[in-house]
Amino acid sequence: MEKKILDRAQLSAEREAYAKCFELQKKKVLVCGGTGCVAGGSLEIYEEIIRLVKEKGLVCDVELCEDPHGETVGVKKSGCHGFCEMGPLVRIEPFGYLYTKVQLSDCEEIVEKTIVGEEHIERLAYKMNGVVYKEQEEIPFYKKQTRLVLEHCGHIDATSIREYLAIGGYKAFEKALFDMKSEDIINEITESNLRGRGGGGFPTGRKWAQVARQTSPTKYIVCNGDEGDPGAFMDRSIMEGDPHRMLEGMMIAGIATGASEGYIYVRAEYPLAVERLKTAIAQATEAGLLGENILGTGFSFTMHINRGAGAFVCGEGSALTASIEGKRGMPRVKPPRTVEHGLFDEPTVLNNVETFANVPLIILNGSQWYKGIGPENSPGTKAFALTGNITNTGLIEVPMGTTLREVIFEVGGGMRGGSDFKAVQIGGPSGGCLTADMLDLPLDFDSLKKAGAMIGSGGLVVMDSSTCMVEVARFFMNFTQNESCGKCVPCREGTKRMLEILERIVNGNGRDGDIELLSELADTISATALCGLGKTAASPVVSTIKYFRDEYEAHIYDKKCPAGGCKKLVTYVIDPALCKGCSKCARNCPVGAISGEIKKPFVIDTQKCIKCGACASACNFKAISQQ
Amino acid sequence: MNNEFNYTVIDDILNEYPPTAVIAILQAVQEHYHYLPREAFPYIAKKLNVGEARIYSVATFYENFSLEPKGKYVIKCCDGTACHVRGSIPILEKLREELGLSEDKKTTDDLLFTVETVSCLGACGLAPAITVNDKVYGAMTPDKAVELLNTLKAESAEA
Repeated sequence: MEKKILDRAQLSAEREAYAKCFELQKKKVLVCGGTGCVAGGSLEIYEEIIRLVKEKGLVCDVELCEDPHGETVGVKKSGCHGFCEMGPLVRIEPFGYLYTKVQLSDCEEIVEKTIVGEEHIERLAYKMNGVVYKEQEEIPFYKKQTRLVLEHCGHIDATSIREYLAIGGYKAFEKALFDMKSEDIINEITESNLRGRGGGGFPTGRKWAQVARQTSPTKYIVCNGDEGDPGAFMDRSIMEGDPHRMLEGMMIAGIATGASEGYIYVRAEYPLAVERLKTAIAQATEAGLLGENILGTGFSFTMHINRGAGAFVCGEGSALTASIEGKRGMPRVKPPRTVEHGLFDEPTVLNNVETFANVPLIILNGSQWYKGIGPENSPGTKAFALTGNITNTGLIEVPMGTTLREVIFEVGGGMRGGSDFKAVQIGGPSGGCLTADMLDLPLDFDSLKKAGAMIGSGGLVVMDSSTCMVEVARFFMNFTQNESCGKCVPCREGTKRMLEILERIVNGNGRDGDIELLSELADTISATALCGLGKTAASPVVSTIKYFRDEYEAHIYDKKCPAGGCKKLVTYVIDPALCKGCSKCARNCPVGAISGEIKKPFVIDTQKCIKCGACASACNFKAISQQ
Repeated sequence: MNNEFNYTVIDDILNEYPPTAVIAILQAVQEHYHYLPREAFPYIAKKLNVGEARIYSVATFYENFSLEPKGKYVIKCCDGTACHVRGSIPILEKLREELGLSEDKKTTDDLLFTVETVSCLGACGLAPAITVNDKVYGAMTPDKAVELLNTLKAESAEA
């Protein structure tokens, strides 16, 4: 239970008391409590470390208090450290040691050697190319990053408002509430040129100003946490790892625009984020930072959580507000725009999670500071989810304008297993694929738009030479087709037709003229669909045709998949030089397509072959290959 | 399903939420029954003073709602981009093969397992990933999936 804070002086006093207690935790064990590490068993590790620390007779601190007595060992479950590939992760301060792939059985040694003995355990450290990285900040994955929005993830307990206060949390809210007028806040945000992190890149300050101008007495702040892009989990990590930062951003938006109610719309697939946000809202309400007459100023703000129910289209503004209102999540015609008639038909500020999480930083450090990071036209940092065939999957944050090459080969550690880079898919189903020629492209809103892709919410899926780009296009079209809400005919029917064409191409039944037909359908859908989902539905197809037209042609005309990814287009052949004539393949073939004489090379009848691959996996001499 | 439908469960849920929160109400109903029983629709509509079509339209729009009973273990096989490029489809196929399920038949007749796909769990660092009743299992392979099924079957037989 948090003590209710009544005024500004008390807020400062509480913050100082918790900071002192935080300081007295001379050693801190930060067990990653993000979805990835939790799946690896990190919560059991957290409990075990608490037990062991106590067993050693040390004072174990899991929650900060106002009147600390002497030095303690703090044990925390932090937000996502980002290095999900190596999880479960445990960070030990003040040494900065990062232990990777920690198992329950390692806890004893960690407590014994590192907590008590202050020794480093090399066995658990991250190693690359023969180098042992003791400290987290030395690891190349972290070294190249600039973590601002994610600065607390991995450094404080994600479930404690006291820790957030101890490191200066709600200072920006305090400043906005007491020292700034509504226009000052909006000016600062406008001046900073913060652009919406949800994909569109619309200037946040301008949006806030439009809502502030509305005369309606009721206004809403809505946070879009419906991160539906497959391959993206930045917002999930922020909601799980630093929920108070995001709440603080929303509350500042409330002061700036005169709104007193906030709604957070979270995907149903993120149960942990919902839980952490609920905890954070309950704590902030108990502490008097949410509710009526906050800190005696007369400003009131309440917060609600809405869980999504599995509809990608709800990431679109008007569909999202319809969904909160308890309706089908279908976009409507705009104007009127959300800033005028949004949630419950009232003026609404709708921003995404990462955008709100940037706000406290800007209010606290000023717009000039913010503009000093990244390029002038899209300042600040951007969080990306780095996934696919890459060595280091995980959550990263880099200044806008960082090149793809730096992200993939330096932060990401290059291709998994040394395979060849083929393309990177950016921006999810609305985005596009970028090729090796474009690796030096700076990642910012405008450069990517010019290249026919978009930053989207920030999913980067790296693909190697074994990935078939036509299949990737089919994959995204299947997704979009499933998620089309059905309101507009071009999107509902057009995506269906495009999917049919793509399916027949990957199945080896592509026809002459299919590429042209796909392009024509793509143009029509983009020109006539109502919402962003529909307008960009064809982007993955358009961009793959643009950069990988030869692959489409190989599928259609030669009935071949150059990447070897399309099962129906694979031909299995027996290399007569390697075949010993043992007949094992023939015995394993379910359709009797293989024949031959013992001790002589066997042959596959391609007419009968169903391409199941049973022969290739049965062969002891690696004589059967795909072509 | 029994003829005497117990509406007190629905009443309790309706008391907890404001009338606009149709989605939250249906989510709570589904959490209780593991699906949305049709008997509930006219009752909820009457109580919220809206047309039955409104409730039905919401229930059928969102992927998460199911009008069919689901299995005790709901397995969601992630087919997001990251999982897809790391081979999620062979896992899905193996699960379906083992349980005799298909794209159209998602739940086993003994109501023990439901296998469905989800577009992204946001656990891309663990790709390919699946969840069983919201618990995430990462770095899956078809073999590991079979092993997991066997564990769950054993667990259910014991209970």
